[in-house]
Amino acid sequence: MNFRKYLVLAGVTVFAPVGDSLLSYGMKQLGNISLHDFGGLLLAIANPWVGLGIVFLLGFFASYMSALSWADLTYVLPASSLGYVLLALIARFALHERISIMRWFGIALVSSGVGFVTSGPEKTHRTRNSAPGEVAGHL
Amino acid sequence: MIRHAISNLNAWLAILAVVISSSAGDVLLSRAMKQIGDLGQLRARRGLVFVILLMLRNRYFLIGVGCLAVSFYSLLYGLSWNDVSLIGPAAASLTFVANAIAARFFLHEHVDGRRWAAALLVAAGVVLMAF
Repeated sequence: MNFRKYLVLAGVTVFAPVGDSLLSYGMKQLGNISLHDFGGLLLAIANPWVGLGIVFLLGFFASYMSALSWADLTYVLPASSLGYVLLALIARFALHERISIMRWFGIALVSSGVGFVTSGPEKTHRTRNSAPGEVAGHL
Repeated sequence: MIRHAISNLNAWLAILAVVISSSAGDVLLSRAMKQIGDLGQLRARRGLVFVILLMLRNRYFLIGVGCLAVSFYSLLYGLSWNDVSLIGPAAASLTFVANAIAARFFLHEHVDGRRWAAALLVAAGVVLMAF
């Protein structure tokens, strides 16, 4: 693991909850939109919060794909689940929501799971085409 | 009573659909990315457009994205039958465990005690965070 890889994992962790929060904030500003109101759904993108949320979710997808290109799925998913903790902390300290004891306990469990997996190797097997460019050569 | 049972049945069917399609999507995307190679190195050598084209030409990537779309609509279906406080944590935590099993058998990842512990701790933590 080098600094770039930690940065990619941080991207997976941070972009998803921030993107979801921005989408939620923007959609609450727009109010209820019916599934039949297709124009309304398309126009939702024009809301700056929704647009910014989509940009963050694109950032999440790019980071997630990048992480999967050099790490196991069973490493990336638990390692990036700190996003749940981040979302709870945003709710507690930015939105001033109350967090129950059970929720703090859940945060502790998720954090310990992340600690467990990140203390091990990120990749446990070699794939046939693991050297970058082997497949790239066919394009 | 019957109405409540039907609502619960539909919600759990939706959760099952989310878990299966989401795990399938993650496994397929992981396989696609391992085939392509380290995206950071590829982008530095050949450029971003090349990397995007490479991903779009990979059939595992395309089917994986399709599976994630099915998962998203299954989640929406589930939410129309029951509360987000049941559907969200149940689907997320079961997906962590299903992914560990699927990665073991389909991606041949070495899921040792440490990784099982991590998947189970995160799954339990996600359930508790719903309270």
